Amino acid sequence: MGGFRQGVAAAVPALRRYARALTRDAELADDLVQDTLVRALRSEHLFHGGDLRSWLYTILTNLNRNRLRALARRPTMAAIDDNDAADQAGPEAGSRDIERALATLADDQRSVLLLVVLEGLSYREVAEVQGVPIGTVMSRLSRARMQIKDYLDGKRPALRRVK
Amino acid sequence: MMDRDLPVTADELHAYVDGLLPPDRRAAVEAWLAVHPNDAAQVAEWRAQADSIRARYGAIANEPVPARFDLDRLAQPRRNWRTIAAATILAAVVGAAAGWVAHGASASLQPGFEQFSAEALAAHKLYVTEVRHPIEVGAGEDHLLPWLSRRVGATLRAPNLEAYSLKLLGGRLLPGPNGAAALFMYETPAGERYTFYCSRANTPRTALRYNAAGDAAAVLWVESDMGYVVSGPAGRDKLIEIAQSAYREIESRLPTRSTENRAVPRRGS
Repeated sequence: MGGFRQGVAAAVPALRRYARALTRDAELADDLVQDTLVRALRSEHLFHGGDLRSWLYTILTNLNRNRLRALARRPTMAAIDDNDAADQAGPEAGSRDIERALATLADDQRSVLLLVVLEGLSYREVAEVQGVPIGTVMSRLSRARMQIKDYLDGKRPALRRVK
Repeated sequence: MMDRDLPVTADELHAYVDGLLPPDRRAAVEAWLAVHPNDAAQVAEWRAQADSIRARYGAIANEPVPARFDLDRLAQPRRNWRTIAAATILAAVVGAAAGWVAHGASASLQPGFEQFSAEALAAHKLYVTEVRHPIEVGAGEDHLLPWLSRRVGATLRAPNLEAYSLKLLGGRLLPGPNGAAALFMYETPAGERYTFYCSRANTPRTALRYNAAGDAAAVLWVESDMGYVVSGPAGRDKLIEIAQSAYREIESRLPTRSTENRAVPRRGS
């Protein structure tokens, strides 16, 4: 029992890191982490051993998906980032670029890439977190990397024209 | 070596970058990259991406954990209303509550009435779980009721439910079954949320009905062409009591249009 709670507590810093990268919004990320912890604590009886960290990433990933689904019911305006001058130079430019590149990814692709490179999960663990076959993980990873490269190379996806 | 002759797959290149390649393929991949500059460039690119991501977000895990993530506090059962079942199908129409006197309404379910309560419940479920933006306009804002009344096309009131420790948070405008709908949200100190939904109905009047759907339930009625739905956690007795209170308050203030015309007093008939 104590071990479970200790394990959850130990995962909080990593969950915050993942949530921040996933949402790119500090406040929203911490809301997601808090919801994840509340659910995890309440669902302790559903955790039958295995890797606690993966289990927590699964909860967070699902909550984020629910959130996006709810958002999708309302029309939203995507932010259009034109090239403001501040982006072109300075030590911050690189980290802002990767942030924007991540923003262009589909959510499942971003999740795969982050779980692998930031959280150090194996492909099999990512497949479990997302509830998909490992082949799907590989193709999401591949597409994510390709799209980031395209973005960084300046081939941003063309804005769809609104008629 | 045999290994070196096996073509390296794209998946293996990813695994190489991610440190997930089985050790016995490592030499083969490295040999492959030495003679395939395009793949080598791709691998370098993917590594640089990973490095940027870690440089941008890695430090967050070293920040001190904010107090809001204290597990002992979070473990307290205060947010049980958040356990919202995925199924949103209305389970059943249970009928008028015991001891509840319906005023001359027909017992048959009006077409559209079910949709009415389904929309109210869907709105309830969608917004009670909302952490950051449960409402559009706060209860403290003077324009809350005038705005929603104007959009819905009737003088609306948000019933006072403080007897049930329910504080009005505010409201929002939604598309309803027959035009605009207003959703008012209430919250108890423990974080339980109830909503009060109002919209034009295509039935002049009905009895009060109780609908349960998963973890949420609703009590609905129509009075003077306006439909009202009180939704909350599926505790039947308490929900009915709250709805009765809302009903009485709305009822006691009908008709309300005259108050709007006070600026133009009319004497006599």
